[in-house]
Amino acid sequence: MLYVIQTALELGFMYALVAMALFLSYRVLDIADLTTDGGFVLGAAASATIAAMGHPVVAVFAALFAGAAAGFVTAFLQTRLGVPPILAGIVTNTGLYTVNLMVMGWSSNVSLLKQETLFTMLRATGIGGSWYKLMLAAGITILMGCLLVWFLGTRLGLSIRATGDNTEMVRASSINPVFTISVGLSVANAMTALSGAIVGQYQKSADINSGTGIVVIGLACLIIGETVFGRRSVGRNVVAAMAGSIVYRFLYAIILKTSIVPIECLKLVTAIVVALAIASPSLRDWAALEKRKIHSDKRGGR
Amino acid sequence: MLRLEHIKKTFNPGTVNEKCAIQELSLHLKPGDFATIIGSNGAGKSTMLHAIAGGFYVDEGAIYLDGENITFMEEYKRSRVIGRLFQDPLKGTAPHMTIEENLALAFLRASKGSIPFSRISKKDKEVFREQLALLEMGLEDRMKQPVGLLSGGQRQALTLLMATMVPPKLLLLDEHTAALDPGTAAKVLELTEKIIEKNQTTCLMVTHNMHQALELGNRTLMMDGGRIILDVEGEEREKMTVSDLLAKFQSFAGKELDNDRILLS
Repeated sequence: MLYVIQTALELGFMYALVAMALFLSYRVLDIADLTTDGGFVLGAAASATIAAMGHPVVAVFAALFAGAAAGFVTAFLQTRLGVPPILAGIVTNTGLYTVNLMVMGWSSNVSLLKQETLFTMLRATGIGGSWYKLMLAAGITILMGCLLVWFLGTRLGLSIRATGDNTEMVRASSINPVFTISVGLSVANAMTALSGAIVGQYQKSADINSGTGIVVIGLACLIIGETVFGRRSVGRNVVAAMAGSIVYRFLYAIILKTSIVPIECLKLVTAIVVALAIASPSLRDWAALEKRKIHSDKRGGR
Repeated sequence: MLRLEHIKKTFNPGTVNEKCAIQELSLHLKPGDFATIIGSNGAGKSTMLHAIAGGFYVDEGAIYLDGENITFMEEYKRSRVIGRLFQDPLKGTAPHMTIEENLALAFLRASKGSIPFSRISKKDKEVFREQLALLEMGLEDRMKQPVGLLSGGQRQALTLLMATMVPPKLLLLDEHTAALDPGTAAKVLELTEKIIEKNQTTCLMVTHNMHQALELGNRTLMMDGGRIILDVEGEEREKMTVSDLLAKFQSFAGKELDNDRILLS
């Protein structure tokens, strides 16, 4: 039982980076960034390949850099070349499939069996006892969360927030939206790739298909978190993304244990949950309108 | 200060919707000039301001600001020296960010070259507080609140402050009080005058109030069909009445001034 909780927390913290990245792109910049799936694998691939060469720490930084580059490509497509934002993400994502294969040496997976990873390095120091994995996952995610909150309070961060909030105002106040969108998407995808990098070393492998549906799962985490914690301030939003990710992994563990939902159906269930959550404002409006129609019928028939 | 030389702009050229919005328009504003602009619907008033601000590039002609050719300068770069207010009070502020954060963005203009990772300092906050107090709307005590909670008038006053806190070389006002209720509009207009007076800002203001067009500033421009058809200042302008203005319009444009929102009083 303890093992299940531990694993759920570890995964929750590691995947929280994706939810935080989506908070930045989807909520702050108001762009549905579909680079996420490929960016996650890119991070895992870079991380596993370089860790396999014996440099697990360098691997993480390489993944961050690679993710930022992927985000920049998406931003470039939409800001400079006029590709619609959603399509820009899909185009990059498609291209990344080949890039990811290339990073893994034209193989569809890379395994780290005996090589050192961040996790084995920490275990060797003996810090944290049996909780060392959780310590590392939580440490990195909380650090990134703090950095993100700090970043969004700087002048550059404020400019990025304004870009998503009111583009017209941004152009009238000497901020270049091309620049802010580029920086925002680069940072978001660097975080996504970081998530992939940590997960890759945690699972001691990177797989070309490990990113499928990550963007929807990330959104589900974000929405779960927002429902529980609200969306009032930036700090609260980042905490909500983390908490949402942990809750999602607990639900995942429960479903896995109890088989309430067959595990093969989990992605479908996740997709439905996300669709319903995003649709909820219009569903609410529709319900209210129907109610009014019924009421007016009654009054008319009196 | 501002020089427009034979600028021309046609929208949707070669289609059935082709519209020549500005044709052969030239204008020279001296430093400290405060010109009001009136004209019928579709006369090209907003288009002219948009051309100056850089919302699009003109097809022909050149635009100079303070001696510098800005004809092909990007919009966001022009924004460092050109302040702008739109008719819609929602356009000038970011609703989900606090008053303080909005002001910090406006302050960016002044801090060109400063480190992008710097934060809003205590000193900045003091400046914001002082400036907000000048609006006399009590906003200085609500600096941590999101702008979305403010009324249209408060948002427009805040936008005015944001556009002028770092005095711009040129201020463009596009019927910035037209969407406000009369009381608030008067208040915002009064603030506008006060700020322009204090900074001696060169300013172009579109209005549909004929009275304002003659009362405010030192110069009145009248536009029709993408051209400036009347440009009065000094003694000639002082003697002018609203009915003179209407008569002038008719004689130059050969038709009645046709603006569905025009206020004659």
